[in-house]
Amino acid sequence: MSVVQVKKFKGKTPENQGLYNKRNEKDACGVGFVAHIKGKKSHEIVQQGLTLLTNLTHRGATGYDPKLGDGAGLLMQMPDAFMRREAAKLNINLPEAGKYAVGNLFLPQDAKNRAACEALIAKIISEEKQTLLGWRDVPVDNSNIAQAARDVEPCMRQVFIGSNEADQTTFERKCFVIRKRVEHAVCALNLKDNAAFYVPSLSSRTIVYKGMLLANEVGVYYRDLADESVVSALALVHQRFSTNTFPAWDLAHPFRMIAHNGEINTVQGNVNWMAARHETMKSAVIGEDLDKLWPLIAEGQSDSACFDNCLELLVAGGYSLPHAMMMLIPEAWNNNALMDDERRAFYEYHAALMEPWDGPAAVAFTDGDMIGATLDRNGLRPARYLVTDDDVVMMASEMGVLTFPQEKIVKKWRLQPGKMLLIDTQQGRIIDDAEVKSELASAKPYKAWIEQSRYFLGDLPKEGAQLEMAESLLDTQQAFGYSQEDIKFVLQPMIANGEEGAGSMGNDAALPVLSNKAKLLYNYFKQLFAQVTNPPIDPIREELVMSLVTFIGPKPNLLGVDETNPPLRLEASQPVLTLSELEQLKNIGTSTKGQFKSLVLDITYDAQQGKAGMANAITNLNKAAEKAVQDGFNVLILSDRAISKNRIAIPALLACSATHEFLVKTGLRTSTGLVVDTGSAREVHHFALLAGYGAEAVCPWLAFETIGHLASDHYVAGKNFVKAIGKGLYKVMSKMGISTYQSYCGAQIFEAIGLNSQFIDQYFTGTATQIEGIGLDEVAEETLRLHNLAFGNNPVLMTQLDAGGEYAFRVRGEEHMWTPETIAKLQNATRTNKFDTYKEYAKLINDQTRHYKTLRGLFEIKPAGASIALDQVEPAKDIVKRFATGAMSLGSISTEAHATLAIAMNRIGGKSNTGEGGEDAKRFIPVAQDTTMANVIGHDLVESNIPLKAGDSMRSRIKQVASGRFGVTADYLASADQIQIKMAQGAKPGEGGQLPGHKVSPYIAKLRFSVPGVGLISPPPHHDIYSIEDLAQLIHDLKNANPKASISVKLVSETGVGTVAAGVAKAKSDHIVIAGHDGGTGASPISSIKHAGTPWELGLAETQQTLVLNQLRGRVVVQVDGQMKTGRDVLIGALLGADEFGFATAPLVVEGCIMMRKCHLNTCPVGVATQDPILRKKFTGQPEHVVNFFFFIAEEVRELMANIGIARFDDLIGRSDLLDMKAGIDHWKIQGLDLSKIFHQPDMPASVSRKNNDVQDHGLVNALDNKLIELAKPALEKREKVMIDLPITNTNRTVGTMLSNQVAVRYGNTGLADDTIHVNFAGTSGQSFAAFLAKGITFDLTGEGNDYVGKGLCGGRIIIKPPAAFRGIPHENIIIGNTVMYGATTGEAYFNGVAGERFCVRNSGASAVAEGVGNHGCEYMTGGTVVVLGITGQNFAAGMSGGVAYVYDEDGLFAKRCNMNMVSLETVPHIDHIAADAVHHLDQPDEVTLLSLINKHIKYTNSARAKAILADWDNARGKFVKVMPNEYKRALIELAEDKVLVAA
Amino acid sequence: MGKVTGFMEFERLSEASLPVADRVKNYKEFVLHLTDDQAKQQGARCMDCGIPFCTTGCPINNIIPDWNDLVYRQDWHGAIDVLHSTNNFPEFTGRICPAPCEAACTLNINNDAVGIKSIEHAIIDKAWENDWVTPQINPNKTGKKVAIVGSGPAGLAAAQQLARVGHSVTVLEKNDRIGGLLRYGIPDFKMEKFHIDRRMKQMQAEGVEFKVNQHVGQNVSADDLLSQYDAVILAGGAEQPRDLPVPGRELDGVMFAMDFLPAQNKVVAGDSVPNQVKATNKDVVVIGGGDTGSDCVGTSNRHGALSVTQFELMPRPPEKENKELVWPNWPLKLRTSSSHEEGANRDWSVTTKELVGENGKVTALIGARVEWKDGKMSEIPGSEFTIKADLVLLAMGFVSPVQKLLDAFGVEKDQRGNAKATTDGDGCYKTSKDKVFAAGDVRRGQSLVVWAIREGRQAARAVDEYLMGASTLPR
Repeated sequence: MSVVQVKKFKGKTPENQGLYNKRNEKDACGVGFVAHIKGKKSHEIVQQGLTLLTNLTHRGATGYDPKLGDGAGLLMQMPDAFMRREAAKLNINLPEAGKYAVGNLFLPQDAKNRAACEALIAKIISEEKQTLLGWRDVPVDNSNIAQAARDVEPCMRQVFIGSNEADQTTFERKCFVIRKRVEHAVCALNLKDNAAFYVPSLSSRTIVYKGMLLANEVGVYYRDLADESVVSALALVHQRFSTNTFPAWDLAHPFRMIAHNGEINTVQGNVNWMAARHETMKSAVIGEDLDKLWPLIAEGQSDSACFDNCLELLVAGGYSLPHAMMMLIPEAWNNNALMDDERRAFYEYHAALMEPWDGPAAVAFTDGDMIGATLDRNGLRPARYLVTDDDVVMMASEMGVLTFPQEKIVKKWRLQPGKMLLIDTQQGRIIDDAEVKSELASAKPYKAWIEQSRYFLGDLPKEGAQLEMAESLLDTQQAFGYSQEDIKFVLQPMIANGEEGAGSMGNDAALPVLSNKAKLLYNYFKQLFAQVTNPPIDPIREELVMSLVTFIGPKPNLLGVDETNPPLRLEASQPVLTLSELEQLKNIGTSTKGQFKSLVLDITYDAQQGKAGMANAITNLNKAAEKAVQDGFNVLILSDRAISKNRIAIPALLACSATHEFLVKTGLRTSTGLVVDTGSAREVHHFALLAGYGAEAVCPWLAFETIGHLASDHYVAGKNFVKAIGKGLYKVMSKMGISTYQSYCGAQIFEAIGLNSQFIDQYFTGTATQIEGIGLDEVAEETLRLHNLAFGNNPVLMTQLDAGGEYAFRVRGEEHMWTPETIAKLQNATRTNKFDTYKEYAKLINDQTRHYKTLRGLFEIKPAGASIALDQVEPAKDIVKRFATGAMSLGSISTEAHATLAIAMNRIGGKSNTGEGGEDAKRFIPVAQDTTMANVIGHDLVESNIPLKAGDSMRSRIKQVASGRFGVTADYLASADQIQIKMAQGAKPGEGGQLPGHKVSPYIAKLRFSVPGVGLISPPPHHDIYSIEDLAQLIHDLKNANPKASISVKLVSETGVGTVAAGVAKAKSDHIVIAGHDGGTGASPISSIKHAGTPWELGLAETQQTLVLNQLRGRVVVQVDGQMKTGRDVLIGALLGADEFGFATAPLVVEGCIMMRKCHLNTCPVGVATQDPILRKKFTGQPEHVVNFFFFIAEEVRELMANIGIARFDDLIGRSDLLDMKAGIDHWKIQGLDLSKIFHQPDMPASVSRKNNDVQDHGLVNALDNKLIELAKPALEKREKVMIDLPITNTNRTVGTMLSNQVAVRYGNTGLADDTIHVNFAGTSGQSFAAFLAKGITFDLTGEGNDYVGKGLCGGRIIIKPPAAFRGIPHENIIIGNTVMYGATTGEAYFNGVAGERFCVRNSGASAVAEGVGNHGCEYMTGGTVVVLGITGQNFAAGMSGGVAYVYDEDGLFAKRCNMNMVSLETVPHIDHIAADAVHHLDQPDEVTLLSLINKHIKYTNSARAKAILADWDNARGKFVKVMPNEYKRALIELAEDKVLVAA
Repeated sequence: MGKVTGFMEFERLSEASLPVADRVKNYKEFVLHLTDDQAKQQGARCMDCGIPFCTTGCPINNIIPDWNDLVYRQDWHGAIDVLHSTNNFPEFTGRICPAPCEAACTLNINNDAVGIKSIEHAIIDKAWENDWVTPQINPNKTGKKVAIVGSGPAGLAAAQQLARVGHSVTVLEKNDRIGGLLRYGIPDFKMEKFHIDRRMKQMQAEGVEFKVNQHVGQNVSADDLLSQYDAVILAGGAEQPRDLPVPGRELDGVMFAMDFLPAQNKVVAGDSVPNQVKATNKDVVVIGGGDTGSDCVGTSNRHGALSVTQFELMPRPPEKENKELVWPNWPLKLRTSSSHEEGANRDWSVTTKELVGENGKVTALIGARVEWKDGKMSEIPGSEFTIKADLVLLAMGFVSPVQKLLDAFGVEKDQRGNAKATTDGDGCYKTSKDKVFAAGDVRRGQSLVVWAIREGRQAARAVDEYLMGASTLPR
């Protein structure tokens, strides 16, 4: 039986069109609840819920219409008295509470439609043998809601249903069945109506009021909520921030059981697996009704809604609510040294039942009796809570949303990663994480079950394995498309180093679908990656959350809650199988005494059938798989080992996905395991794809055979290869924010470029493919070509593999855009300023793109009208202002190359970009008279001097802010015209970077506030952006840091980027960069350069279409970049919707770059991408050359504009109607392409902007800083001391930043004298309190802080202490949120309480004292001093390369919580017992530093904890652990040696 | 990829040669290939560029970075495999190619180029020494017959390629020995002739038949070839030398370099050449500053000339080119060949006005200095001079192929009198005449050996495609 795909009935939101696809919509949010622990119901709780909601407003967003919010709502207990009274008014006599349910319904606007729905509902209620009691119109006040919301406003009605069941639980289950049936039935009616039919809730316990409303409107719109008799003991609220502006009432939270803040990255896989389970699922409690629930998860829902559906099923199926939550969002268990065995067994047992729903998440949940919340394993969403002495618990994304008198509060804490907060209103108590979990973990003998039912692949008897190949190694390699580059760039680095090889520069090779070479099917897929709406993970530094554990074999019955004889499971620690492990699987029947049965299915077919045989071969494979499962084989091995001259292998990916999907559709997938045994897999991308399309494990037999011939020590080489693939899989998974292989498996985190929908729908269902392309026939043809080349008589291939040419240019290899000829011509043209030579260059590029390397190469530009004279066209000097150079840091390129670009861009009025690496303040000031670069920057810092003219400036107008925050200070930001937040980089989206120590020169170290010679890590995520509302916050921070600068967000093209861009526009970004996948890099794993991201033509077009559809385009400037080389590229960019254009590689080529692709090795022989002083002397670039280049580009643009009859550049923007696909292309692969989606123009009124013509309202006028600046005037203007007292609340976000900007503008990074501006605050500060606080400012807060306190702190002092009235013990209560002091460079901070996760992440020089910190403390720290006077979370000091932390290790367990990869733990020696030659952090003994900070902590916060420690100092000193980074220590010793040398 | 920092650590090392005094005593090669260690170090200098400009700088697209790396790792067998995959005759190019690859080398931008040619030389010599150069006999014969007219580098390359895909190939040479310009144009001291013989043997084993003294258009008829063979490749050279139309041209002792040089080669080969013109005890003037002129200088010195003077019409090129503007292209710069090292007066911007003689024998040359402006030449008034000359060798290049051969087949010609054929796309290398292809100097005009090899290889592929409908031969 196949699963019916049911389309959800939808209202008037736009349908999929062009590149816009609804399913890419994302949201993130503020979430919170208020509950009475003892279950005391009151109207006050409801009102408090609404207040809380209102105070979360800033976590939501509005669209083009400020009244149009993204949705908000409230879930509460059934207000029985109120319902009874209202029903009575309608002559409905409600039975006792619990014996009736109320369904809150969104009904169609049209009366006939509504009647149809209601009739259906009545019918189903009666069929389910319950009683329809009556209907009620829900009174609403829509007078103030946005017109767009009103247009699609549903008719709000309630249905009353009387129970005919024995107990409430059974009745609830029935309500669930009724609701699912109603949803399916209404959907089948296929009604056309403005409003969507939807059931917010149907329950006897709870009711949900929600809608397309602003947070503060929920209580106004639903008049019920104002009624005093509406009482509840709990109120769960949610404020949504979505990426779109289309009004959708049903997308608001809460759902029936949850409200969710975050994103489920694996949702596609989870939904698929849920569908796959359908056939094998049985439930004792749901019984026959189970089938009625299907399809359980409707298509086109949000991830949160899918999650809610699944949770409902689990609860209905008999799991308790916390139990179900632990199954869906398990904490990280397999690498957790601190977890007890029982709990680990619980998780391990359930892992086989359900793959994690993975992604950043704070989920608040309730069934009406219990309410609680849980956090994802990595704690990527904030959730704080407090408890009062009158039994109220309030949990919210941030504190301050609901205020309670301090003296009533008994506990302030936060949800910790993977932890759960649970309140049982029946039991009347809070059940803490440890209790709830240990109770569940010990409820059943999970440990014993695991031990008797688990087989570890590693424990099974070893098998000898001898590979038998029918043909020679070379021919076999060739049949699987091996090239010399696969050996050199792919395999050799892996077997030598155990990790993937690195490369540099961008990808300028032809797209696979445009290539003349036969490509592997793998190459048509691109990895998806997280940007903005959820964070990538750092799989190296945060490895504790990652897992490659894989289960091979059938999946147990999900709803087998009461099974006492758990089914067997076969577990492997990672999915890459060696030859001998595959033998183990083949013989698994014997070794498990027949409990597992495996069968090898041959995926090769008779070569005589040629390409036509492939379809048949797949069908036969499917049949064979079906029969095998029916015959009881529960491990299927798809193998292509039989390949030979006479046997063609179906591409393994195709065979795998086709089999997986077939088994899913036939309901057999969960009855068997799927393993792929293929000669084709050799690089990380291949394994990721096989996993993504269903392989539980992969044996790359030919890769092993090849390695055997490459390495002398096969064993080590093979091990290294497996290790490298594992690391690579971590990286691929983590770039999407997925931490477990199990949930990655089948999750299809890919999009296709150049495969047609028919093919995708048949074999890769659900994968995005935007431009159509080849199908099975061509895939078979390519396979056949490889086969024939391999086994044919090609003399070149007789003795060696094909040259390849993917990674580096090779004659007869893959086509590239940068060739010897194009580089030589461009350099010559710009050096001689010969436009004619430039035109030869441009012709080569433009023509060669017509030789099909890029999508734009296939475009034809149509005239808008008659051509016009060139002199009528906008002058070049105006056009060049739209140009920018790419973000290349000083570090990735040399000072000379970096500054030359800046000079050139400033000369033409364009913009250069600092990249992620800070900038020398000497460059901020324009030069007054003719001089040289060395005169300005310093002769010791410039190796190849460059003359400067009066008026020149080396200031980069764009200042980049990336995840490392290197050199980001108030002064740096104040010097910007534009501040660019790098969310992703084309060459390696979703990944961080690393500047190796040998590249960190003293100068670079100075600019980045780090230690020379110590490597610097850029984390994969911005640790202050885990979701869209976090990005809005950072945008707000940066706008405060420089109100004159526009704020830009850089995204990388992938499917859904348009939706992200819309969200970014709603987050108030002024500027959006869409980068192509082909962007450059100084260093990146080669598979990322090749296999992530899409061409900018797609991303830009999708962005334009989505922004126009959302009416947001006018507010933002859109810039495009990625292998921009000619005026034609610019013109096409403009027509597809770009206002501005970024160039990186081409200007570097103009400066002398010859595409060595050796940036990562520091050996650039032309002094461009190196820090080696000898090589930098060889730099010959000149600003004039770069200026020439940009004018050439502009002139070419002008000529093209004249040709098509457009005089103003503005008139080009968004005119995709002037583009068409070139006619008459007779290339066998290209013919299937359909570019019409790229050229699509949304049908919106002419009044809707298609280009930038408006500005964002950043709301700075409301900032508290305006007041601060006013009050601090004497200090700012005359350096006089000022003392200010102010109250503060959580809606005062980003306080002190505009003030700091004022300081920076006047006094640079030196700032003011200490404590010149002293501000005493009282209350709860909002996010980003004291961000970028400048030197001379002290913020002294009595109360508490939220997330991002002291972000980018650059000299200021922060003090936060609890109010005197608070009764809690500071070191047991939380006082500040997550990610405090992220990227701080200097300054100090004292927190009299516990901090959240990631305290002092990327600190590079500030000092801080806290009385406890969460997980990942001091992560990536490169400098500064941190003192923790209490317990730390796990993974302390991960990636820490500099600075020192002193941790008061009271329980002696700190070593277990510390990540020891880069640090050593030392003691704090008595000042009198220090070795004479000891090196010192901060040039003084540790004890001096530590005591000084503790004393200051007492002075500023009056900390009792600190006082107690001092009182017992002799003892206490011994308990302090000094966390010393190894790299830092080495550098300190080296520096000391250097000093000795100098002194001598 | 060689050594990552090799280019920063090691300097370019030129191949050693025997001292001038020793080497001018005979006609043997005097350049010594690199030792293994030297070659390893030179290979280490290669930077394994992301875009190897050398590969496109090289007309046959030698995969230079790969064999540099293999030599660095001392995998000489691997190196010769890669080298042979693009070049049939590395022993020729490793000796006499001017190495445009090195001009294009990215290290040449601001440093000394990798010694590519010296490494090539070392690889192929090592390969011969170790008997790694063996016949590659194709057991599957196609039954197709191809005639190749001309046994220079183009003809030989085409022949070897075609034989290796199973065609029956016959090479027809008008001279008495195989090799064309390689045999008679290039002096032995640049390249000894056993290299050609050795290759011939390999090719014969591969099935190539060589026929000498076959002068198509004279003792062999074009029509016969067309009827006996399935395809014909014209691979003759561009032998028509450029003449010097000045008074006195007819005098004895005034001769084309291409009459002077072959005679010596024949003598070295053991032939007796009754009336060989020798430079012994003569004042020799060589007109023309190119490679052939240089060969005349070297040969004259070996004959024992009293003096050797070489004139060039063009101005003296700069010692160093402006690499910023020239790289990666072939630079115009002063080149001093090994023959120049052996002694010669060189002068530039000199035009020959008249040759003066006594008794019908040349005795002196009257020249004048010229000035070049915007590509135009003008004589500097009053700059005339006279120089003693007993032997005047004309080495001013070649104007076209011998027309008789082309006329015999009746193929269409281009403006310069070359056989007309394209080099790309469908029907490339095919002349206007069905079955007839052209490759090398006969098609492109006077050029380098390496260009001839390229054309021979590419034409072979075109012929194979023509005969079989498709070809697996690389271009």
